[in-house]
Amino acid sequence: MATSDIQIAERALQHHFADMEQQQETSTFGMWMFLLTEIMFFGGLFTAYLVYRSSYYQAFVEGSQKMNIWLGATNTAVLICSSLTMALAVRAAQTGKSKIFTAVLLLITIFFGLGFLGIKAVEYHEHWHNHEFPGPNFHFETIDKTPPVDAQHTEIYFSLYWAMTGLHALHMVIGVGLVTWLIVMVLLGSYTPSYYSPVEIVGLYWHFVDLVWIYLFPLLYLISKKHGGG
Amino acid sequence: MWQNFPLFPPRASALAWQVDGLYFLLIAVSAFFSLLIFLTIFVFAVKYRRERHPHAAHIEGSLALELAWTLIPLGICMIFFAWGSLIYFQEARPPKGSMEIYCVAKQWMWKFEHEGGQREINQLHIPVGQDVKVILSSQDVIHSFFVPAFRVKTDVLPGRYTATWFRATKPGSYHLFCSQYCGTQHSAMIGEVVVMDPVAFQTWLANNTGSATMAASGAQTFTQLGCSGCHRSDIQGRGPSLAGLFSKPVQLEDGRTVVADENYIRESILNPGVKVVAGFKPIMPSYQGQVSEENLAALVAYIKSLAQPPQPQQSASNRPPAPETSKVQ
Amino acid sequence: MATAVQTVERENYLNSNYGIKSWLLTTDHKRIAILYLISITAMFWIGGFFAMMIRLELLTPAGDLVTSDTYNKLFTMHGIIMVFFFLIPSVPAVIGNFVIPIMVGAKDLAFPRVNLLSWYIYMAGAITALTAMVTGGVDTGWTFYTPFSTTYSNTHVIGAAIGIFITGFSSILTGLNFIVTIHRMRAPGLTWRRLPLFCWSNYAAALIMVLGTPVIAITLLLVALERAFNIGVFNPALGGDPLLFQHLFWFYSHPAVYIMILPGMGVISEIVTCFSRKRVFGYEFVALASIAIAVLGFVVWAHHMFVAGISVYAALVFSLLSYLVAIPSAVKVFNWTATMYKGSIQYNTPMLYAWGFIGLFTIGGLTGIFLASLGLDVHVHDTYFVVAHFHYVMVGGMVMAYMAGLHFWWPKMTGRMYPEAWAKLSALLVFVGFNTTFFPQFVLGYMGAPRRYHAYPPEFQVLNVLSTAGASILAVGYVLPMIYFLWSLRYGEQAPPNPWNAVGLEWMTSSPPPTHNFDETPVVTWEAYDYEHQPQEEVTVGH
Repeated sequence: MATSDIQIAERALQHHFADMEQQQETSTFGMWMFLLTEIMFFGGLFTAYLVYRSSYYQAFVEGSQKMNIWLGATNTAVLICSSLTMALAVRAAQTGKSKIFTAVLLLITIFFGLGFLGIKAVEYHEHWHNHEFPGPNFHFETIDKTPPVDAQHTEIYFSLYWAMTGLHALHMVIGVGLVTWLIVMVLLGSYTPSYYSPVEIVGLYWHFVDLVWIYLFPLLYLISKKHGGG
Repeated sequence: MWQNFPLFPPRASALAWQVDGLYFLLIAVSAFFSLLIFLTIFVFAVKYRRERHPHAAHIEGSLALELAWTLIPLGICMIFFAWGSLIYFQEARPPKGSMEIYCVAKQWMWKFEHEGGQREINQLHIPVGQDVKVILSSQDVIHSFFVPAFRVKTDVLPGRYTATWFRATKPGSYHLFCSQYCGTQHSAMIGEVVVMDPVAFQTWLANNTGSATMAASGAQTFTQLGCSGCHRSDIQGRGPSLAGLFSKPVQLEDGRTVVADENYIRESILNPGVKVVAGFKPIMPSYQGQVSEENLAALVAYIKSLAQPPQPQQSASNRPPAPETSKVQ
Repeated sequence: MATAVQTVERENYLNSNYGIKSWLLTTDHKRIAILYLISITAMFWIGGFFAMMIRLELLTPAGDLVTSDTYNKLFTMHGIIMVFFFLIPSVPAVIGNFVIPIMVGAKDLAFPRVNLLSWYIYMAGAITALTAMVTGGVDTGWTFYTPFSTTYSNTHVIGAAIGIFITGFSSILTGLNFIVTIHRMRAPGLTWRRLPLFCWSNYAAALIMVLGTPVIAITLLLVALERAFNIGVFNPALGGDPLLFQHLFWFYSHPAVYIMILPGMGVISEIVTCFSRKRVFGYEFVALASIAIAVLGFVVWAHHMFVAGISVYAALVFSLLSYLVAIPSAVKVFNWTATMYKGSIQYNTPMLYAWGFIGLFTIGGLTGIFLASLGLDVHVHDTYFVVAHFHYVMVGGMVMAYMAGLHFWWPKMTGRMYPEAWAKLSALLVFVGFNTTFFPQFVLGYMGAPRRYHAYPPEFQVLNVLSTAGASILAVGYVLPMIYFLWSLRYGEQAPPNPWNAVGLEWMTSSPPPTHNFDETPVVTWEAYDYEHQPQEEVTVGH
């Protein structure tokens, strides 16, 4: 109904904004700025990766060959699908679709997100089992059991693998938490086509985390044609 | 300058005069512009104070002035940039024929070894008027080799060689400081560089020779560690020949070409898989943990000393192309 | 020209609500600014205590006051606290938080709850770092060079690194808030060209905060991981590269010095215009110079590494760029000086501090030119010359600007005037004490005295004694304001809305302002620093 739509927006208007349009534009701008900081945050790790890969390419090739390319590709597809459902959820909120409809889309997004984390857990378990975690217990065996060309720098490859995918997974967990909160708010009827910016900005965050993975996957998994199959 | 209130350290190297010259020019120019600004502010503050000048004028700005005080300082800065860079270039290029001294720094001492095998701790004897190149590495953390009287400084890194050079111009004893914070006894990691006249230096060398020259001791290590098994000097072994290798370009398996400098040799010993020479297999074992910094330096000195063999070898496929001219390190 | 809006009743942001909960759960930017004021003042005194210990030790050549390990911890903790917990937040978090929303005609920053969160994050980081310091200390230097910090140090590196990591997010959120506020919350009529230069400077600093801080965050995180798990990213014994650490560290830490100085420059712009009663000379140039400093500041980091083992060609590039970044700062100094030309100058305390800033920042900045010169830097790098240089710009520059700003906006923030005579005396003591402390260090540095030395050769003693003597004068100069500012809260003269007869939206509301800043959203129709049309009243207070 039109009036309760406006009432919801009025209640959500914070006192220091002139109108809802300013509030929504400001929060979206704020999220873009935050994502810029996230790019710089991941950027430090990407820089370290680029420096070591260019100096020690063979070591990185051998490390990458121990990645499970099928699980990685599945995860990529899972995240892309989750971004689709997230975008659909934002659209649903924007166009005033029913609460259930929007909530279901968000729920599917969470399932995809949890699916990603589950597959990642399987991969981590495998790597841990193979002593591919850096530190005193690190022990590297190449995919075809030949002696490693440069085990020292393959350990650095794995350090970066764990750090980069770990940081990404942490962001996924936070994202799943944020979307869960959104579902609660949606079911409580907090959003209308006049006020849905929380859905939009969580959507932006989610897409960003997806995008980071789209860079991580080729950099970590696809360095060389030979690869591990699981 | 006044003995009791010196403003700069003794000038004991050829470079010191240039560095001081740049410094004093910078002081002069800085003092000029600083005083100009201070005086201007002072004059304005007095001349235009509220009691005397109750009504401020209304001035937006002046493009001409903005351009002037942007471009003129820029131009002056370029002079300093040019001179500073020239000095830096000189510092980065040790002349050919420099006397080489290897230095291993560790918490919290300086260990020097002359080519003739003479070893010193926290003291470095060198002759006056001779180009001296110091090749440094660290056993633990980053240190920095600083001799104020020579105006030289270079960080000393673990895992890599760095180098600096100087030509002392005045006999005497000069401070050597570690100038990169390195832990508890950082301020005690000091020593002296003793510059002697050439005759006295030769005497000193003769009196302090105990063990073999660095190259000879390196040769010994070379055999002990089994290097000669693959790196044979007569025919091509399973490893590339090292004769005449130093400072030549080397083609690698992955297509890159690198120069065989001290760091290349060091890396090839400690982590041979990183740069495999074209035509050879990556079968060399790593000697990481089996060779001390001193032994490494001796090995480097030994390999440097290996002269170009009299004729080029026959197996063209696994010999790097014979270079036209030798590269100056 | 709109006239001052004076709220008749004395309801303001300070007395609108009482009780600790109303402060700890506030979202009012003004109260958050006061919370920050208390926190960073505490950190300043802790950092200052460490400085005092350092200077006392350095009275004699031998290391006889404290052990080497303790001394190493003292200079490390002095650096960490002063850089991360005092200088970086100082002007933005205290003065910026208070004044920027009012200057742009808004009721608050864009994200008030994020603003409160940033203070809590700052406190969490500060407590973490202080805990690390109190339970054993850190001795790596504030620069955390590897592999010493990752492998060899036996101190609480991880605790300190995590403390700084946490506080970094406080800085990021403050910067984010400022950028969005200045973009989106300006009052009608307030175009970019009419913005006070204080906003331009803080905007530029906020850009750096937002883009640079995440890099130090991830770098320190890697240091902590390496220390905990021995992952080898920066340790050559495990295949890592210690120079990679330095590049990543300085990529933030150099722009960080511009985070520190730019807001201070903004303060100076406000003060020089007010006490010359003139618009700033070359407004566009000063505004763009702030942006230029922020941009160029990101491409000069390796001038900290000229002797670290980088290539000669890289060094050349960074040296050239370092000269370029000096130019916009010089342009600002010239513009401030020109602002005074044919002005109507008043010698109030903020103006005295501003002059001190211009003089000392000029010297500090010029010695930066010395350091940018490659051949010279080789000699003076890691000596007291560098120490003197950065203290000139940071203390002679930035802390003076902070003091200038505190004095300038104190009536607005508290509704009280400070005692002018004591304030002028303190300014003088600071100026004399500062120069006595740090000028001798230039000479020491060129003589070859390395920094971070617990004990030193005897020939360096005279200059060290002089330096310590200066430090004691400087300390008095800082203690006095502490006392009289507190005194003024109770006994100071009541401040009118516009004690300086300045131009700016913040002077059009009461002192202290009401919680919502303005009764009605102002509409701006005048240019920045429109002193031309400001009624020429005598400044009746604070003479």
